[in-house]
This record gives sequence, C-alpha cells and structure tokens, in this order.
Amino acid sequence: MTGALRVLEHHLTVYRRTWKGSLFMSFLSPILFLAAMGLGLGSLISRGPVRTIDGVSYLVFLAPGLLAANAMQAAYVETTYPIMARIQWQRTYEGMLATPIAVLDVLVGEFGWLIFRLALSSCAFFFVMLLFGTVHSPLAVLAIVAAILTGLAFAAPILSWTATRRTDQSFALIGRFLITPLFLLGGVFFPLHQLPQVIQGIAWLTPLAHGVALARSLSLGVLAPSAGIHLAVLLLYAGIGITAARITLQRRLVQ
Amino acid sequence: MAATPTRPDALIHARGLTKRFGNLLAVDAVDFDVDRGEAFGFLGPNGAGKTSTMRMIGCVSSPSGGVLRVLGMDPVRDGPRIRARLGVVPQSDTLDTELHVDENLFTYARYFGLSRDTARRRADQLLDFVQLKDRARDNVEFLSGGMKRRLTIARALVNEPELLLLDEPTTGLDPQARHLVWDRLYRLKQQGVTIVLTTHYMDEAEQLCDRLVVMDKAKIVAFGSPRSLIDQYSSREVLELRFPIDSTPALDGLDGLAERIEALPDRVLLYTSDGEAAAAAVHGRGLRPESILVRRSTLEDVFLRLTGRSLIE
Repeated sequence: MTGALRVLEHHLTVYRRTWKGSLFMSFLSPILFLAAMGLGLGSLISRGPVRTIDGVSYLVFLAPGLLAANAMQAAYVETTYPIMARIQWQRTYEGMLATPIAVLDVLVGEFGWLIFRLALSSCAFFFVMLLFGTVHSPLAVLAIVAAILTGLAFAAPILSWTATRRTDQSFALIGRFLITPLFLLGGVFFPLHQLPQVIQGIAWLTPLAHGVALARSLSLGVLAPSAGIHLAVLLLYAGIGITAARITLQRRLVQ
Repeated sequence: MAATPTRPDALIHARGLTKRFGNLLAVDAVDFDVDRGEAFGFLGPNGAGKTSTMRMIGCVSSPSGGVLRVLGMDPVRDGPRIRARLGVVPQSDTLDTELHVDENLFTYARYFGLSRDTARRRADQLLDFVQLKDRARDNVEFLSGGMKRRLTIARALVNEPELLLLDEPTTGLDPQARHLVWDRLYRLKQQGVTIVLTTHYMDEAEQLCDRLVVMDKAKIVAFGSPRSLIDQYSSREVLELRFPIDSTPALDGLDGLAERIEALPDRVLLYTSDGEAAAAAVHGRGLRPESILVRRSTLEDVFLRLTGRSLIE
C-alpha cells in the first residue's frame, strides 16, 4: 500500500498551495451559520412558545447537525469536479498509472485524502462549536468521527458515480436535487418528526439523517442504542460506495 | 505476416496481439519484436491502432488476445513491476498544472518509490537535460507547448527507465521545438535507452527509428528500416507535377513515363529512378505543368503505396 501513500502525498503537495484559503473557509462557514441561524434565529425561538428544541437551546440543537451537513457538502465538493479533473481534464490518474501505482492505490489514496480533508474541516467546525459554547460533554469529541463517517457515506457513492461520467452536467443536478434538499430537510434545522410521515421516511433512507442524529446525540453526551443503527447505516453507504467505486474506477482507467 | 519464431531475448515480444473494444477491432493480430537499444517506430494515420498497442505495452490496457511480453514479463500479471522500469510519454500531457515545474518531477519520482533526496537530485539533473532549469519554480501552465512536452519527457525519465514509450512525441510542436525533442531522444538512445514511439510524421520516423512497422486499419502492413522500406516499396526518386486547376491531363497521357503513377487531388506523383529524365519526357509530350519538383522517396510514399492514402488527412 505504499502506492496509496504516494497518491496521498501528491494530494498533500497540491494542498500546500491552497491550504490557507481552504482552512479559512472551514472556520468562516460555521461561524456565519452558527451566528446567523444559531444565535439570530435562536433568539427568536427562545422568546417563542416552545423556547427549546428537544430540551436544548436552538444553538445547541443546530450545531452538531450543521457539523454533519458540513461534512456532506465537503464530500460532495471533493468527489465531483476534482475527481473528474484527475480522471479526464488533467489526467492526473493516467500519469500515476504509468508508474508502479495501481488503480487500487489510487482509490485508497483518494479515500485517505478525503478522510484528511473531512477531519480537518470537521475539527475546525468543532473548534467553532467550542467557541460558541455548544459543547457540554467529553463525548462530543466523537461527533467529529460521526461527521467524517457522514462525509464518507456521501463521498464513496458520489465518487463511484463520477468515475462513470464523461461530462460534468450531472454534478450540478446532484447538488440541486440531492445535497441542498437534504441540507434543508435532513433534520439539521428542525427535528425530523415535524415533517410529514412520507418525507420522514425518505429522510431516514439517506445517510444525512443518521449522521445528524448520531452527531447530535454524541454532542449532547448521550449514547443511545439507536447510535448503533445510525453507525451501521453510515458504514453501509460508505462500504457499498467504496465497492462500487473500485469497479467503476477500474473500468474507467484501465480499458 | 508469417509467424516468426519466439524471441525470448527481445525487450518487447508480441505475437497475434489483439485489442477489441466491443465490436471495434483496434489492433488485429500484430507480430513484432523490439530489441534492446534500438529505436522502434509505429507509423500510421490516426486510428490505425498505434495508441492501443502502446497502452498494452505500457500495461494500462489488457490484450484481448495473443501473446505479449514486456521485459520478459506478462503485462497483465506483472504490470507494476514492468511499469517500474518503463518511461511513458502519453499522447496528451498529464502534467500537474497546480504544481511547479520541479514539483512535477519530484512527486512523479516519489510514485516510483524514490527517496526524497534521490527524487530531488534526479529532478535537478533532468531539468538540466531538457533545458528547463531556469523555469524550475514556474507554474506549469505558463510553459509553452514545447516546454511542456520536454517536461513530460523529463518526467518519464525519473526512474531511469530501460524502455521509453512515446506516443506522438512531437505532434503539435513547431519545427524548432521538434528538433530539440529529437536531439534529446537521440542522446537517450546513445545512452542505451530503448525507444518505442508512434508517429504520423514520416520525417520523425526517418530521423529517429532504426526499424519501424507501418500500421493501417489495426494491422501491420509493412516492417523494416526506413531505408529498406523505401527501397522495397518506392522508387529512388519522385517527380511531383502540379497542373493548373481543372487542366490535369488524363493519366494515360503520362503512360510509360514512370514505374508507377499516383494521382492525388492536388498533384500527380511519378515514381521513377531518374526524376530529371522523366521531367524532360513530360515536356517532350507537350504537357505544361504549373510546377515540377524532383525529390527523393520518403516513407510518405511508402505509406501511399501500401494504403492508397496519405498519412495525414
């Protein structure tokens, strides 16, 4: 697997060029969201008839959900256009495959990189959560892991899809019809049980609802039995995605 | 082509090598051997099967049939071990436009498992070799086409390969840039590197190749040294006649003036051992071409003879 390490090393070398801007955004985005939605909207809720959501302030309710959704969005961004670039616009993989590096190395290295990226942005997000005072339990650190797994549950299937594409047309559609609706309706901004039964059912079929639920319960210091189900769903999506990506990437790169 | 005996000592050994993409037959049962230290060419028009053959040799595409041995190993089973000893210059550059010139060489050396020190030293030497030292810290996107090509060649050399595969190394380059690339390839050959290249330029094949095969429609239609191919398939000289538009005489008006006559859309070619004498005879028949050119036969003429078509259409 030293080949996979070389692939990862390549991505890190490229990242050395852009890390400042990307890390800045990793801090800025949670600050804006938690300030506007958590504090701004939250102050309205605290003065309303319900005052709290599921027993906690809106800010505390919102933050771990956003943490998971943030990982989903990072996964989407990293596995569409950049992967397409490495397959066919810049042909980075073609260059790699002319060396002892094999397709499996490329795939493993790519996932190593994704975990690194997801970990970095999730840690930045968690740091902002600390600043906003939404962390009340040591168990909350594990919400970072939940976020990374949420990211992988999206990254792997999307990557396997990207490897079959010749154009980037479908990427915007994925954003518009999958990522954005999930972000809005996946249980990040309000509890899922407020939605109609049908939409609830659909939401629970996707990884985001499980990632949000897992991150939320961990950040509140609760380890409910349902955590096992959430974890299993995330791992299932990631596992199926990785298996599919292994096939589609192999087919695409070695004809 | 008749099957020749197995040559286990050959650096590349192919018998009945075939590649199919669905219903499309890209490479149709070709036989060839490449010996250590030679420069070997695949000449042919676009779509002849050159790139498919190169990708099979480079172990990134598995044969649909036949035998292929590269460095004495099986490309399907030993891909990574073979590729560790190959250098590959693909048809279109796959440089990292997000990295500097020297970083491109460094990261590529790391793919081969070279230590950081060795990678840095090798990158330095190769930038010298392809005359890009003063551009080491530049972004790749600011390089000219010729410089990018040289960097791609340098990158293919980071592992000190025994066998260098080049797919159309100079397509799209201006004449000066082409000559620089040819010069570097010639030096590599002097150093004992075996070179396999594809091209649709006959002058490139004549300049670089000790031996070559001519490919057309997925098959090998001829093989030999550039000189022997010309001797075998063409005359010593060619007389090119260009007539004013719409007044090209009927070909039978030229009958008997040459061993073979080829009418192209824009000119008529007369294959003969003595071009000057043929030109005089044309005048003797009262024909008045707009221009007359006597030249030596080239591989282009060989290709035209073998396939009835020009190399670049």
